[in-house]
Amino acid sequence: MTTSTAAPVRTQDVGRRTRRRSSLERRYSRAAWWFISPWLVGFLVFTAWPMIYSAYLSFTDYDVINDPQLVGWANYQELFSDPKVALALQNTLVYAALAVPAHILLALGLALLLDQASRRASGFFRTAFFLPKMTPPVAIGVLLILLFNGQRGAVNTVLGWFGITGPAWTTDPAWVKPGLVLMGLWTVGSTVIILLAALRGVPTDLYDAARVDGAGFWRRTRAVTLPMISGPLFFVVVVNTIAALQMFTEAYTAYFGSGNTTYSNDAALFYVIYLFQQAFEFLHMGYASALAWLLFLVIMAITGIQVLVSRRLVYYEGEAR
Amino acid sequence: MGVRRMWAAGAAGMVALVAGCAQGTGGGDATEPAFTPEATMSGSLQVMGFGAGDEIATTRLDRAKAELDGVDVSLVEGDLDIQAFLSAVAAGDPPDIVYANRDQIGTFASRGAVVPLDECYASEDIDQDAFVDAALDQVTFGGHLYGVPEFNTVQLVMADAGLLKDAGLTLDDVNGSDWAAITSATTALARSDGGKVSVIGYDSKLPEFLPLWAQANGADLLSDDGRTAQLDSPEVLEALEFAVGVYDEQGGFAAVKATRDAADFFGAGNQFATSTLGAMPMEQWYVNVLNEVSPDAPMAFDAFRTPAGDPLAYATGSAWAIPAGSGNPAAACRFAAVMTQQDSWLASARARAEAREADGLAFTGILTGNEKADQQIRDELVDVTDEPWASGVEAMYEANDHTFTLPANPADSEFKAAWQDAVNRVLNGQQDAAAAMAQAQEEAQAALDKAWARWDDSSASEQ
Repeated sequence: MTTSTAAPVRTQDVGRRTRRRSSLERRYSRAAWWFISPWLVGFLVFTAWPMIYSAYLSFTDYDVINDPQLVGWANYQELFSDPKVALALQNTLVYAALAVPAHILLALGLALLLDQASRRASGFFRTAFFLPKMTPPVAIGVLLILLFNGQRGAVNTVLGWFGITGPAWTTDPAWVKPGLVLMGLWTVGSTVIILLAALRGVPTDLYDAARVDGAGFWRRTRAVTLPMISGPLFFVVVVNTIAALQMFTEAYTAYFGSGNTTYSNDAALFYVIYLFQQAFEFLHMGYASALAWLLFLVIMAITGIQVLVSRRLVYYEGEAR
Repeated sequence: MGVRRMWAAGAAGMVALVAGCAQGTGGGDATEPAFTPEATMSGSLQVMGFGAGDEIATTRLDRAKAELDGVDVSLVEGDLDIQAFLSAVAAGDPPDIVYANRDQIGTFASRGAVVPLDECYASEDIDQDAFVDAALDQVTFGGHLYGVPEFNTVQLVMADAGLLKDAGLTLDDVNGSDWAAITSATTALARSDGGKVSVIGYDSKLPEFLPLWAQANGADLLSDDGRTAQLDSPEVLEALEFAVGVYDEQGGFAAVKATRDAADFFGAGNQFATSTLGAMPMEQWYVNVLNEVSPDAPMAFDAFRTPAGDPLAYATGSAWAIPAGSGNPAAACRFAAVMTQQDSWLASARARAEAREADGLAFTGILTGNEKADQQIRDELVDVTDEPWASGVEAMYEANDHTFTLPANPADSEFKAAWQDAVNRVLNGQQDAAAAMAQAQEEAQAALDKAWARWDDSSASEQ
C-alpha cells in the first residue's frame, strides 16, 4: 500500500488557476485576432469578396458597363464547346509539365553546387542567381524575342558554334513553349534559395554515417539529401506548378503584345491569356469569370493530387510514420 | 442559433450582397445630351487617352483651352485604357471626353458607353463634309455619329531604289499593280547567307495588312452594314495565299519575321539605310522616321496600287467621343470641335514645320482626317522638293485620297482577333489558308451575331 505524500489539491485552487489560464488565453486570443485582423480584412475585401462576386458573374452576361444579365449555366456550357478553351488548357498543361521539372531540377542542381561552395562564394552566387528574379516579367518577354530570335538571336548563335542549326523559337509552334520554358529558367533563383536553405538544414551526422557506410555522392543525395529536403521540395513543386498554370506576362508580352502588336501564336495561347482576352479585350466578363473558376478547379485538382502523392514521398522531420 | 442556421443566414446575406452589388453598375445615360451653341462653358473637363507629346497636340490643346476659357482642362495621358474607361462609365464617374481609336467607337456605342454626337456636330457647326469619308464611316454607328475623327493613317509602298536598280526592277514591280511581278521581284531581291536571311526581298506585312491585300483583290472583310463577316471568300483566300507566298519565296515567314524583329526599325541602321529590305507597304509616318534618321537612304516611294493600278489605302485613325454621363458634355463637344478645326490643324502644322526647320529637316505634311485642312497644309506649308522625299509626300497624299475602312461594328475586337489569329495560323504553318479563314469566319460571325443581337434588343426596347 502506498500513501500519497503530496498535499491534497483544493478544488478551489484548481478552479482559480483554470480561470486565470482561460482569462490569459482569452487575452492572447484577442491579441492574436487583433494582429491578424489587417490580413483578415484584406483577405475578405481583396480576395474572398472578388471570388464570391466572380462566382456570381460567371452565371451572367456582363460587359463591364451594362448590368449583368443572369444566363444560368450558359457560360459553363460554352466552356466545353469552345475549342480555344481546350487549346489553352492543353498549352498550359504542356507548359507546366515541361517548365516545373526543368525549373526544379536546375534549381536543385544549383543548390547542391552552392552547398558545396565556400561561404563567400555561396553568398555571391546566391545573390547572382536571385537577381534575375528582380527583372520585370515584361522585360523577360522582350528579352525572349531578342535572345531566341531564329535568325540573329544569341541562343541560336551559340548553338551555331557547335554546328547546331537552332530552330525558329519564336514562330515555330513546336518550339514556342520550349523557348518560354528555357527563358523561364532565368528566374530560378528564388527556388535555389529555398532549396539551399533546406540543404543547409540537413544534419551533417547523417552524411557522416552514410560515408562510414561507403555511400558516394549520388547515393548520399538519393538516400539522405532528397528525403531530408522532401518537404521544401514538395513546397517548391506546388508553388511552381501553380505559377506555371497561371503563366501570363512573359508569353503575352512576347506573342500577343498590347494593342498594336498583330502577331500571335496559338502555341503560346495559355489559359490566363485567353481569360484576359475574353475579359479585357472582348469585354465578356461573365464568360471570363467562368474561365477563372474552371482554372481554379483545375489548380485545386492538380494540387490535391500532388498532396496525395506527397503523403508517400515527403518526409517531415519529427513526423510519426 | 445553430451552426447550420448561421451558415444559411450568412449565405443568404452574401447572396443578397452580391445581388445588390450587381445592381446599378449599368452604363450611364447613352441618350444624346443637349448640345447648344449658346452654352456657357464652365466647370472642369477631364480628357482621357490623349497625350500632349508634340507640337501637333500642344498647339491644338492650347487653342482648345483658350476657347474654353473658364473651364479647367485636365489630361489623363497615355493610350485609352478601355477597362478603366468603361469601369468609370459604369460607376457613373466617367471622364468628360475620351480619345480613342476609331475602330473602338462601334463597340463603345453599341454598349451605350458613348453618346451620339449629331447634335454636337450641329451645335458646334462641325463640318462633316470636311472629314475623309472613311474616317467618318468609322465613327458612324446605327445611323448616328458617335465620334469626331482626327488623323488618318494610310499605307504607301516604300522601296530601296538601289536594290531595285541592281536587280533591274522598277517601282511598278513592287507597288502592288502586278502580283506576279511582286513574287518575281521578291526572288530577285532576297538574299540569304548561310541559311540566314540577309536581305528581305519584299515584306507583305502580314497579318496587319490583310484588309489591304483583300481590298486590292476586290474583297471586303466585312459587309457594309458591319453585320456579316466575309473572311472566307475566294478573293480573300487568294489575297492571303499570295501575301503568304511572298514569304515562302524567301525562306518562310519565320525567317523573315526573325530578321525583321532584329532590325533597328527606328534607328539610323534601319533596313533601308542598310539595304536589307527590298520593299514593303508601310504607314506614311515611317516616311518621317526615315527622313529624320537616314536622310540619305536610297528610297523610292509610290502609293500602294491595286492590280488595276489604282491607288488604295486602308485608313485608320483616332476620334473624340463623349462618354455617357459626361459631366460637361457641352465643353467636351466644343473641345472636340476646336481640336479638329481646320485652323487648329493649320496652326499645329505650322508649329511642326517651324520645329523641323529649326532642326534642319523638311516638313513632310500631316494627314489630319480633315480633307480641307490637309489641302491647306499641303498648299501653304509642305514644300518638299528633294527626291526621294517629294515622291514620298506625293504618294502619301495620293493614298489619302483613296482610302477604305472596315465599317463600325459592335464586335470589332473579336472580329479583328478572328482574322488576325487565322492569318497567324497560316504564317506559323498550323493551318492552310482555307481552313484558317473558315475557322475565322465562324468565330467572327458568331461574335458579330451575338453583339448585334444585344444591340438590336436594346434598340427595340428603347422604341
